[in-house]
Amino acid sequence: MKRIITAYLKPYYGRMGLGVFFKFTGSIMDLIIPSILAYIIDQVIPLNERLPIFYWGSVMVVCAIIGMVFNIIANRMAARVASDATEVIRHDLFARVMYFSNHQMDTLTKPSVISRLTSDTYIIHQMIIRIQRLGVRAPIMLVGGIIVTMILDPVLATVLIGIMPVMAVLITQVSRKSMPLFAGLQQAFDGFVRVVREDINGIRVIKALSKTDYEKSRFDAINTKVVNQEKKARMTVAVISPALNICLNLGLVGVVVVGAYGVNNGTSEVGIILAFMTYFTIILHAVVAISKLFEMWPKATASADRIVQALDSVDALAVVEVAKPEETVEKGAFIEFQNVTFSYNKEEPNLTNISFALAKGETLGIIGETGAGKTTLLNLLVRLYDPDQGTIRIAGRDIRSMDPRELHQKFGVAFQNDMIFEATIEENIDLGRNLPKAAIAAAIDSAGARGFVAEKLAKTEEQLTIKGANLSGGQKQRILIARALAARPEILVLDDASSALDYQTDAAFRKAIKENFDETTIVIVTQRVSSIRHADHILVLENGAVIGYGKHKHLMKSCEVYREISYSQMGVS
Amino acid sequence: MRRSQKFDKPQNRKGTLIQLGGYLMRYKWRLFAAIALTIGSNLLALVGPLLSGYAIDAIELGTGQVNFGQVFYYAGWMVVFYIGSAGLTYVLEVLMIRVSRQVTYAMRRDVFNKLLDLPVGYFDVHQTGDVISRITYDIDTVNSSISSDLIQVSSAVITVLGSFLMMLAISPQLVLIFAFTVPASILMSRYLVKKTRPLFSRRSQKLGALNGFVEEMVSGQKTLKIYDQEEHTIGKFNIKNKEAVDAYYNAEYYGSMIFPTINFINNVSLACISVFGALLYLAGAMSIGQISSFVLYSRKFSGPINEMANIMNDLQSSLAAAERVFALLNELSEAKDTDKMSDLSNVKGDIVLENVRFSYDANQVIIKNLSLKAEAGKLIAIVGPTGAGKTTIINLLMRFYDTAAGNIYVDGNEVQELTRDSLRKSFAMVLQDTWIFHGTIYENLTYGKENATMTEVVQAAKAARIHSFIEHLPHGYDTILSDEGTNISKGQKQLLTIARAMLLDAKMLILDEATSNVDTRTEKKIQEAMRQLMKDKTCFVIAHRLSTIQNADLILVVDQGDVVEQGTHEELMENRGRYWRMYQAQFE
Repeated sequence: MKRIITAYLKPYYGRMGLGVFFKFTGSIMDLIIPSILAYIIDQVIPLNERLPIFYWGSVMVVCAIIGMVFNIIANRMAARVASDATEVIRHDLFARVMYFSNHQMDTLTKPSVISRLTSDTYIIHQMIIRIQRLGVRAPIMLVGGIIVTMILDPVLATVLIGIMPVMAVLITQVSRKSMPLFAGLQQAFDGFVRVVREDINGIRVIKALSKTDYEKSRFDAINTKVVNQEKKARMTVAVISPALNICLNLGLVGVVVVGAYGVNNGTSEVGIILAFMTYFTIILHAVVAISKLFEMWPKATASADRIVQALDSVDALAVVEVAKPEETVEKGAFIEFQNVTFSYNKEEPNLTNISFALAKGETLGIIGETGAGKTTLLNLLVRLYDPDQGTIRIAGRDIRSMDPRELHQKFGVAFQNDMIFEATIEENIDLGRNLPKAAIAAAIDSAGARGFVAEKLAKTEEQLTIKGANLSGGQKQRILIARALAARPEILVLDDASSALDYQTDAAFRKAIKENFDETTIVIVTQRVSSIRHADHILVLENGAVIGYGKHKHLMKSCEVYREISYSQMGVS
Repeated sequence: MRRSQKFDKPQNRKGTLIQLGGYLMRYKWRLFAAIALTIGSNLLALVGPLLSGYAIDAIELGTGQVNFGQVFYYAGWMVVFYIGSAGLTYVLEVLMIRVSRQVTYAMRRDVFNKLLDLPVGYFDVHQTGDVISRITYDIDTVNSSISSDLIQVSSAVITVLGSFLMMLAISPQLVLIFAFTVPASILMSRYLVKKTRPLFSRRSQKLGALNGFVEEMVSGQKTLKIYDQEEHTIGKFNIKNKEAVDAYYNAEYYGSMIFPTINFINNVSLACISVFGALLYLAGAMSIGQISSFVLYSRKFSGPINEMANIMNDLQSSLAAAERVFALLNELSEAKDTDKMSDLSNVKGDIVLENVRFSYDANQVIIKNLSLKAEAGKLIAIVGPTGAGKTTIINLLMRFYDTAAGNIYVDGNEVQELTRDSLRKSFAMVLQDTWIFHGTIYENLTYGKENATMTEVVQAAKAARIHSFIEHLPHGYDTILSDEGTNISKGQKQLLTIARAMLLDAKMLILDEATSNVDTRTEKKIQEAMRQLMKDKTCFVIAHRLSTIQNADLILVVDQGDVVEQGTHEELMENRGRYWRMYQAQFE
């Protein structure tokens, strides 16, 4: 919370200060008005003249006008500051999230990142507004009220000051108790959102298995849990308001009694007691407002902490200075893996001691069983993760020493089940790179997407729905391939990107690549031998280790696993 | 875009209120009790100023003449009434928390149940983030306002009425002041409320849009990063973000006027009371104690009117939120099963499609005129270029969508006359898009069959060649999986869903690219298991790897929504047509 206030509200201190000034002056006006009433009763009425009464009455009206105008200005400034600050917080958080390494995303998890960006920033937005509104007005009314009453009658004011510690203790005790309750609530709520998201994603499976009733009861459990947590937390804070009311009203009774002695002794006046009572109501409202802030505080702190945690999340993939570009082991290698070992959880390795080298324009095919580490290898190549041991070089440079931008620009990548965005076909292929139309058209041709794109009503302007739901699996893949090709990258990385294509389309696609992307170095992960049998190098992976490396013919002889895979696909009939 | 049209829909305030009322009426007795408590606690509190007025009159006698007996008498009663009032307030709050939590619970449940009842197509056109924003933020907004506003409204009514009567009793002349100030505040509030209402619903929309955007971009973050689109995406985000905070500010802009304006009107009335009260005192028509009581009551009187403005503000935003919630609740569900429909039982698995026609939207016909016959226990393979409508056939068989024309029969029953549950239960399904939920591997495997024994589960996992992987995990079958997690590969997920399908005992099986993410070697290893899985079942298999479907009883080659070729592998190979060309392409 502190970070949010110091770092994000700091630029607005000036405006907030001005806002406080307006709020302060406006609130003072509200405070002065009852004093004028006391003055009228104690000083003006005994004069028995009408004119001064009207005079002081109009002073009250003027104060009221100033109070109104200043309060409106202050409220608007507060809203503006809150909106501006929230905009910056959200922007920073989103910008940070966009640059998250995969490791960071894995640690925080996507749903949690999303809720930090949405509901947590929203809570902070509301909090900033309330801090400025109530947080300024309430203390002013509280302190101002006390000061004015002190001036009016110090003895009576002690009654008021006497009950303040009681109220303070009450508020702090209750909020201390409620703090963990609200934190627990937030956690339960995350689980709640997860169930909803999961079920939206799995709706087809749920319906197919007729599990809707089961899902309803699963949801019911988490729904009940959230509601109960919430009830517990709110019950705890519900004590505050009535308890404060009792304190202040008892104080009011105290004022009447003590005031009675004062009047009896001639040290006090009736008008003052009367004014005191009005101030008591004002102070009561101020204290209640402050207690409301205390109610919000735990929730806002929890949100702020979650935002800050995401903002502070350390990027493990910083660009490292490599002393000097080491000599590549193999001369002329464009892409080179040297003894690369990697593990996601740092316990069991997912890749062990991988080495290979590719010259520019060559094609590498990677094949192997499910879970053998094929995708992991690609993740390392495009530097979504850093290897635990070993080095990856492109054009002789350690990729860790390259600016990520420079590195990424070399690549065109289509991941397995990659993301289609809710945008037009063209926007999905271009993906914000402002590529020339001709390049996009060429990519569509090479990816074999020309046919179905032409059938769409709006051609390349056709709007795709969320996650490409209005495309078939193969159409999606061709869009993704077109995306990878469009900028004519130096290195093309395809992770099982043609698995949903029928063989004919796949073959046509390979032909197009051969013709148009001769210069491009290609890394293909696939399960189809046909996709890679003509590749310059084929890497066979099993359990994260290389068990075969070479050309198709060589592997057919030397690698049993490769032979088996190959036969399983082609040998039949 | 479809979504934006939705936002432009005229707001149905009345309908929203009626629906909201429906929820509240379920708790009507508790609400009555709450209102009774509110009346009680406010009446008790109303007595306070009267008593303090009496006490002040007893003090007013002046130096040395204060009637302490009277002062203590009234002070004592004040203590009693205030404590009583606070006690009732507490009970009331507890009650309202319970009611509002129950309403929240019910609304969330209804929305969620609705989500499960909606046709699957709904989720193809609505961002998950926006849906989640409705079930969380919108429902919260509605209920925080129910719990506080309802009490405040009833408490306001009592306090306003009560203090008005009290003031009338003290000085009817002074009450005349309110004849000017009250209408002024009401007019002012109404004007502002009218201004702010559309602004609040805009605020909800923009927030929903922002949430949807964030959801989509965070999901695709890996891709965006690889294409160096961070800045570009941040730029797009900035626009949405700006729109959202501006919509918030605009709603606040007018909203922030309400309180100070009404406070102003109150201060003016206080000034009037002071002036005219003083004049009346001079004329001997009022005592100081009476002025004091009157001022206190006037504060009480205007307090709720002040709050009315805040409440209006709250109600605005909660109405806008409620509208979004009810818009979702009022979406058309999948047509309900009627009594006329019968359960599909003793399934044999004969499936007939007759002149089926279907399109997702009117412009593009996906399936033109499809007829096919699948006899019980046969293996039907569907092949064809991507986008030919293969998956759509599955959607129709499972009744995720209904045909536009033509009929589908299972065991001679037209599917639209069967209950969906019984129809869907008779299918087992493995899809290309695997779905794993947050839970243990065991829970994920037994998802379709909760009563499966551990032995059965292990058997299925072994058959699907995933057992040894599971065994190697630190917690074995109790390992928690999540859809986001990296602890499991896409292919392993698919093997899990195959194992899941193996546990079902359905008579019909759908394999839609079921092994597309599994390598062919593993696929070969699980072939025996797949055969076991398919045994005695009518199977629909969509596959690109033609090797997997060569032993099919019937191969349908579809293109552009029509069956262009059909027959067994041998027949089709002899034909040297479409299928043959596709087959040859494997070896190119």
